[in-house]
Amino acid sequence: MYVSRGVETDVRAYDGEVESLSSAASAGVGIRVVDGGRQGFAYAGSLDQAVMTETLAEARDNARFATPDEHVRLAVPDGHVPCDLDVWDEELAATPVEEKVRMALDLERRVRAADPRIRQVSSADYGDMASEAAIASSTGIAASTRRTLCSMSAAAIAGEGADSHTGVGFSAVRGPGDLDPDRVVVDAVQRATRLLGATKARSGRWTVVFDPRVTSTLLAIVASALSGEAVTKGRSLFAGRLGEKIAVPSVTIVDDPTDTRALSAASHDAEGLACRRNVLVEEGVLRGFVFDTTSASRAGTTSTASAVRGGYASTPVAGCRALVLSPGPLDAPAILADVGDALYVQSVTGVHSGVNPISGDFSVGAEGVMVRDGLFAEPVREVTIASTMQRMLLSVLHVGADLEWLPGVAAGQTLAIEGMTLSGS
Amino acid sequence: MADAALIETDVVQRVLGAALARGGEFAEVFAEDRRGTAAVLDDGRVEELSTGRDRGAGVRVVVGETTGYAHTADLSEAGLLAAADAAAAVARAGGASRVVPLEPVSAPRPNEVALAPETVSKDRKIELLRRADDAARAAGGAVSQVSASYGDARRRVLVANSEGVLAADDQVRTRFAVTCVAVGDAGMQTGFESTALTLGFELFDTVDVGELAAVAARRALSKLTARPAPSGEVPVVLASGSGGILFHEACGHGLEADHIVKDSSVYVGQVGNLVASPLVTLVDDGTVGPQWGSFAVDDEGRPAQRNVLVEDGVLTDYMWDYVRARKEGRVSSGNGRRQSYRHLPMVRMTNTFLINGTDDPDEILAQTPSGVYVAKLGGGQVNTTTGDFVFGTNEAYLIEDGRITEPLRDANLIGNGPEVLRRIDAVADDFAMTPGTCGKDGQSVPVGCGQPTLRITGVTVGGTTGA
Repeated sequence: MYVSRGVETDVRAYDGEVESLSSAASAGVGIRVVDGGRQGFAYAGSLDQAVMTETLAEARDNARFATPDEHVRLAVPDGHVPCDLDVWDEELAATPVEEKVRMALDLERRVRAADPRIRQVSSADYGDMASEAAIASSTGIAASTRRTLCSMSAAAIAGEGADSHTGVGFSAVRGPGDLDPDRVVVDAVQRATRLLGATKARSGRWTVVFDPRVTSTLLAIVASALSGEAVTKGRSLFAGRLGEKIAVPSVTIVDDPTDTRALSAASHDAEGLACRRNVLVEEGVLRGFVFDTTSASRAGTTSTASAVRGGYASTPVAGCRALVLSPGPLDAPAILADVGDALYVQSVTGVHSGVNPISGDFSVGAEGVMVRDGLFAEPVREVTIASTMQRMLLSVLHVGADLEWLPGVAAGQTLAIEGMTLSGS
Repeated sequence: MADAALIETDVVQRVLGAALARGGEFAEVFAEDRRGTAAVLDDGRVEELSTGRDRGAGVRVVVGETTGYAHTADLSEAGLLAAADAAAAVARAGGASRVVPLEPVSAPRPNEVALAPETVSKDRKIELLRRADDAARAAGGAVSQVSASYGDARRRVLVANSEGVLAADDQVRTRFAVTCVAVGDAGMQTGFESTALTLGFELFDTVDVGELAAVAARRALSKLTARPAPSGEVPVVLASGSGGILFHEACGHGLEADHIVKDSSVYVGQVGNLVASPLVTLVDDGTVGPQWGSFAVDDEGRPAQRNVLVEDGVLTDYMWDYVRARKEGRVSSGNGRRQSYRHLPMVRMTNTFLINGTDDPDEILAQTPSGVYVAKLGGGQVNTTTGDFVFGTNEAYLIEDGRITEPLRDANLIGNGPEVLRRIDAVADDFAMTPGTCGKDGQSVPVGCGQPTLRITGVTVGGTTGA
């Protein structure tokens, strides 16, 4: 049985005024019943006693319809001691809503004033949430987690008419005191203005240098292919490749939810086991996958405490939580200097439609800046970059030293990959 | 269905009164009760049957340019009054609670529902999954994995506002999808097919899940021998119903009034201008039953309507919700939607489609010497500021000498909305719709897309081989 509750505040500023202010509290319960290898699940967006009783009855009834599967079972305490994580910032609850409103208004004003080429700030937001979850099972699991998250973001539009570009800046942290509005302003403005005058680049083969945010997006795709669920069901490009060289030696990938710096850090996984550090790729060699209890049983191993869930309305499944590509020696300017000529990709689109973690086919829309002689040159838009995930991992030139902890399941840093196909004019 | 109202009318009136008590100019109560069933078959096993229920209400207060919003899962009068008070906090002026007279809105349902999902046994829903699994596996030994999912939802909503609107809707949706993985010498490929309509279980009187599974399997199998997609700008023929997502992304989002009033769309100031080929007439219509994006009233209590967005290539209007329409002194176009009571409504599409032209689909193909034929599109994404958009392929072929030849591996296509719309030079008369899920600002809503077979003279295909 999994229960969660949370409170959140969202403020959006526009044109010197508060466009919207939302405050909300929500709670819910998700109940899983496993009977003879058959699982039933039911949920409700309420912690009302009568509703929970009804939800339990539904879950029990739903279990009758599943096909018995010897691997389907609830987690059993495995003796791992949970790490002592502090991911709850008391300051959040103590911050009055007036202060949150002021931060959003201030951010909007600053982005507007930062550069004469910024003609519009389509959104300037402050948001926070404090959430708690608890899980208990008939197999002896009893665990709870809580966390706070706090963020600011702004979308700035530079330019006129057809040559208009949006740049997004954000700061996502644990509490209001850690927010970095300066960075949000600089990022939003720089990302919008540096695309001014962008044109379609010529088709050809290029080295591509990914911005840390894009690297985080790419790693999230790698994460889905490293899920024990995908692997045991033959739905991963990494299935059956344990022990093989899948990447260049500079690539080491670790999932470590016990690292407090990760926004998604957690003491327990979604089945209530103590989270731990899991090495998945070591110097280019595939060393492991992440497992929840069921996928581990199917693979003949034990859970890596990597069950994740979308909330009370969904069941746990194996997944990465805090994936990190071990940083290399060079920072971004040194990487650009080394590659000389390349396409620097600031953002990608169509990741869901163009990247397939099963076949490995990779094709996304991209915008960014050409790099010539190690320096940023003309901006580029409306191009695609394509390859396969398999080939990209074997074509990594540099993993940046500039690791950033970003929202989502993966951190990011500058990443250079050679030999990608650019489609443009 | 003789269900009681989600909230009694006198309670709604008192909550609206409380929401206006601090000087709000507009107040709204939105209540929702959603029940759903989801069943998944994977790896040959019925893995899970889940059922759930979410209910709650959101209260919105508008004062000047500012909107306050609060939501609660507590539909008691005390719970609603607490939400009203929290939402009203944005209004600081004094004011007095007043009684709002309410007038029920009558809006026709886009279609009737014959077999409400909750009246159908769980066994029958599970049976569909097994039939799909059998059919997909029968398509060939190379099919290594089959995942089938069934889902139904019944969503009852009540919307009332300080302008006297009192509207209710009872939306039923049913969907079924199959994903297959096939294994060959060159690795794995995937195939997908789905159906989704605003119907109950009678959906399966007309949709054969076995055939649907066979289509998904064929897509995966055909790609096992596929060559990489070309790289570069080529003519593209889109098959009928392959996914009107092209129009959804290429111009739909850019015609949403929130992007217009914030000057973040390439279509700002373009009403009355030629923005597409004269062959293009684009419509957004929430009344077409039983399409996936249809409803009787939107999530602001406004009846669904048919809106012509582009007529013979000329931009005629944008899509509006209450707040953006109010600012311009006009009425909403029935496009105010939200994911759930936890979200503020915003401008969203319903069913967006290009209407039939007069060309013959086979002729269009025959008169295309070389290019790419897209039989099924995947998802897409747009940057409304530049109009640049991408969409993926799920089933595509090379066109050589006016004929479909080799299958191609999946790739994204990229184009600029206004540019691509001008390059449409042939539109056939074989219109068909497809369901989709549209994500915007963190909220997902069901939408429909549709289009007849058409040709674009040049789109950049993001493959890896020389075009």
